[in-house]
Amino acid sequence: MVAQMIEGWNLVIGIEIHAQVNSKSKLFSSSPTDFGSKPNSQVSLIDAAMPGMLPVINKFCIEQAVKSGIGLNAKINKKSIFDRKNYFYQDLPQGYQISQYKDPIVGEGFVEIETENGQKKIGVERLHLEQDAGKSLHDQDPNFTFVDLNRSGIALMEIVSKPDMNSPEEAVEYVRKVRSILRYLGTCDGNMEQGSLRADVNVSVNKPGNELGTRCEIKNLNSFKFIHAAIVYEAKRQIKLIEQGDSVNQETRLFNTQSGETRSMRSKEDAHDYRYFPDPDLLPLTLDDDWIKGLQDSIPELPDQIKERFINEYSLSSYDANIIVSDKATSEYFEDVVKNRNPKLVTTWVTGELFSILNKKNLIIEDSPITSKQLGELVDSIENGKISNRQAKEVLEEMCESGKGALEIIDEKGLSQISDENEIESLVDNVLNSNPENVKKYKNGKDKLFGFFVGEAMKLSKGKANPKIVNDLIKKKLSQ
Amino acid sequence: MKDSYTLKSLAVLLENNKISSKEVTSEYLKNIKNGKELNCYNTISQEKALIDAEKSDERRKSQNLRSKYDGIPIGIKDLFCTKGVTTTASSKILSNFIPNYESTVTQNCDDAGLISLGKLNCDEFAMGSTNKTSFFGSVKNPWKSVNSDNELVPGGSSGGSAAAVSSDLCVASLGTDTGGSIRQPASFTGTVGLKPSYGRVSRWGIVAFASSLDQAGPITKTVEDAAILLDIISGHDEKDSTSSVNPKENYYENLNSDIKGMKIGIPKEFRSDKLPVSTQNSWDECANLLKNNGAEIVDISLPHTMSALPAYYIIAPAEASSNLARYDGVRYGLRVKGNDLIDMYEKTRSEGFGDEVKRRILIGTYVLSSGYYDAYYIKAQKIRSLIKSDYVEAFKKVDAILTPSTPSTAFEIANEPSDPVQNYLNDIFTVPVNLAGLPGISIPFANDENNLPIGLQLITNSFEEQKLLNVARNIEETINYSETPEKWWLK
Repeated sequence: MVAQMIEGWNLVIGIEIHAQVNSKSKLFSSSPTDFGSKPNSQVSLIDAAMPGMLPVINKFCIEQAVKSGIGLNAKINKKSIFDRKNYFYQDLPQGYQISQYKDPIVGEGFVEIETENGQKKIGVERLHLEQDAGKSLHDQDPNFTFVDLNRSGIALMEIVSKPDMNSPEEAVEYVRKVRSILRYLGTCDGNMEQGSLRADVNVSVNKPGNELGTRCEIKNLNSFKFIHAAIVYEAKRQIKLIEQGDSVNQETRLFNTQSGETRSMRSKEDAHDYRYFPDPDLLPLTLDDDWIKGLQDSIPELPDQIKERFINEYSLSSYDANIIVSDKATSEYFEDVVKNRNPKLVTTWVTGELFSILNKKNLIIEDSPITSKQLGELVDSIENGKISNRQAKEVLEEMCESGKGALEIIDEKGLSQISDENEIESLVDNVLNSNPENVKKYKNGKDKLFGFFVGEAMKLSKGKANPKIVNDLIKKKLSQ
Repeated sequence: MKDSYTLKSLAVLLENNKISSKEVTSEYLKNIKNGKELNCYNTISQEKALIDAEKSDERRKSQNLRSKYDGIPIGIKDLFCTKGVTTTASSKILSNFIPNYESTVTQNCDDAGLISLGKLNCDEFAMGSTNKTSFFGSVKNPWKSVNSDNELVPGGSSGGSAAAVSSDLCVASLGTDTGGSIRQPASFTGTVGLKPSYGRVSRWGIVAFASSLDQAGPITKTVEDAAILLDIISGHDEKDSTSSVNPKENYYENLNSDIKGMKIGIPKEFRSDKLPVSTQNSWDECANLLKNNGAEIVDISLPHTMSALPAYYIIAPAEASSNLARYDGVRYGLRVKGNDLIDMYEKTRSEGFGDEVKRRILIGTYVLSSGYYDAYYIKAQKIRSLIKSDYVEAFKKVDAILTPSTPSTAFEIANEPSDPVQNYLNDIFTVPVNLAGLPGISIPFANDENNLPIGLQLITNSFEEQKLLNVARNIEETINYSETPEKWWLK
């Protein structure tokens, strides 16, 4: 779709992901990091940059960054340096942000994404640690801006990709994948609505074979939908400019989530001179091999590995496996259900019925009204012929509404399938005996009446008879 | 006051109940009142000091002392944040700032039972070497030339700290030293000023000037007192990432004046035709004295000495330009209303900072700007490394280095050079020590022809404060310098 729209153009996309480190306290202070707390209730002397205050690195955040680096298949730098990025703003108490400039904690790495044309490797340039700023509240008073410093000093990981993506879909897949990896590692909760993970997207267009176009950066995108929409809009805008004979200005742009448009925030000429220099309050950070090794050993199974295992162990298709492992909670849920059960059936029920219920209710799997154990029981009931697939859908919906277990609902509703041959035989006999005319017609070659007999038998059983047995018996009786 | 007290002498008097903390504190508060003209104090903690002194006396009665020095009154440079006591850095921008926290160093003093008499005047944000940049006006040197009645600078930036010790407005004081701010004023006032190794003393809670160079230290009447106060204030602090985990020694207990077999280096690069004859003579005499006392005098070279000052005046302003960004009128301190955020910043910082501070912020901003960074900041860092290695090489050959503390004795307030670069030359002998992160001490050696104190500087390797104090103690013991200024302000 998008490919058509920009036919004849190359799209080049690079992404900076800002991921909040999952940590109880801030990067350089012991203040808590709980979301949604009362303004300025989580601010230490350090976060407020009182005179004489000094940053002390939170070792746990370092650990989280290194783990993330390992998850991104990246080089861990044994020596990294914290720099000051100097600029003035009301919600930046120090007058500088402590970040990493020339020597980040994590170097080059990559992630693999699924595209229309198969697997694609997206390069990671670096991952560095930095402090978040506070929040300016412009809408509280007509004359004043208020500042909330709760966020000030919270640890962020900035993950910079190489410009390796060529479509909005790839861009979204990349962010999804990074988010998924961080969530598997527990290094970022990935909550985009709360701003725990946001992306700055660099977009440029060029004609194939020509040199790269001028790029624009779109700041602060906090949903997959917005990332996609912003890239589409921006690509079209740039193509239009070039086709009109204008040129693209290198600039930073903002995405309006209401209108779906991007607008200029500042041009390259207005860019700050951040006057980076090593923070003299912090010594260079050095990591030793044993410590890194220890973290490497503690890394849990990551989506790519789990996917491979699911394909091998449960014979899942690459497509299904991909859907299941994209989210840690989903893959855990799936594994709970699939244990000692038919993987194909379980896959269908998880990715099909369960997902559609969750989607309808706008729930994430962690909040699923149906536990993995409950879904397992339902799958068992199908597998041992107690209920049909159609009945199972009904049961699932009921489970969802009432919170009751599958077996309980099957009992209550008397849904148990009749599989007893004698019982079904008497039903079939009943149908055949009551319709001697039709039996005659059938025997004279009117094959189509077979369905009529099956229908009547099922009706008689109130839909509970095992259709296969009904079929078999009718066939047998009529051929006698 | 009949005698001039020291930490050591007062501890004995207090122990023997010859005097109470309240009595001695009152005496000093009276001295402060009578010495108002010297302008040493920005804030006098009259009430609090007396209450604290009474509490100390009670502790003494109940034999529950915090240390041997419990109850002794000291002065604190107005750069240390003190809980509930105005902390201004001698700047208008912080003139209304009352911290709700206590710096590690002053907390350590409190833990030892020392009584704070108040906050001592200094150059604004510790930027200066004459004390003239203070928002609260110049401190006056207690010393005067025999040939003139004109007022002299006490040196800076810890001018109030040095002048107050010299004029008995406190027993001892705390200063900070970024490029000579303890040693230079100590030299100008006939007191002992010690800058410890970088990392020996916590910087937590001290208003930062240049983080990679700042270090707090004592200004005292004697080398013994310097050892005592260093014992109290030094040590690792987990709140300061640059604080050293090197175990500190028991400096006073281990203090001895034995220098037999030690090698003392005389760096040829510190020699200059411009050095006053009396200073040169003192330097030579002191070398002879050490030789007579059993040390070996060795000529050494510190080849990059002349590049130290330019490197310092790039690195220190660079760090300062960033460290002072937090004084923006948003959260505390002065705020001058503006039409918008930028206007408020401009007005607040224009009005809040003095000229010297602005000059250094501008220099620092310039040298960190893209396009200039490599030519200035990176180059200065390279020079800094070369200076460090000069000293590393030197300390392979010698135990300590002896130099003058300053290129001149105290000069008249009215004669302060109007060219800032001329003024920066005051620190020419002290700055390399900060760049190299070494400990240095200035001790009074003699008075010049105008009866003004001449200070000499000793330098040792990092964390060799004990050796530094021992050599200084040897000199002190031998010369027994006992000059005191005539108390003209009492007339």
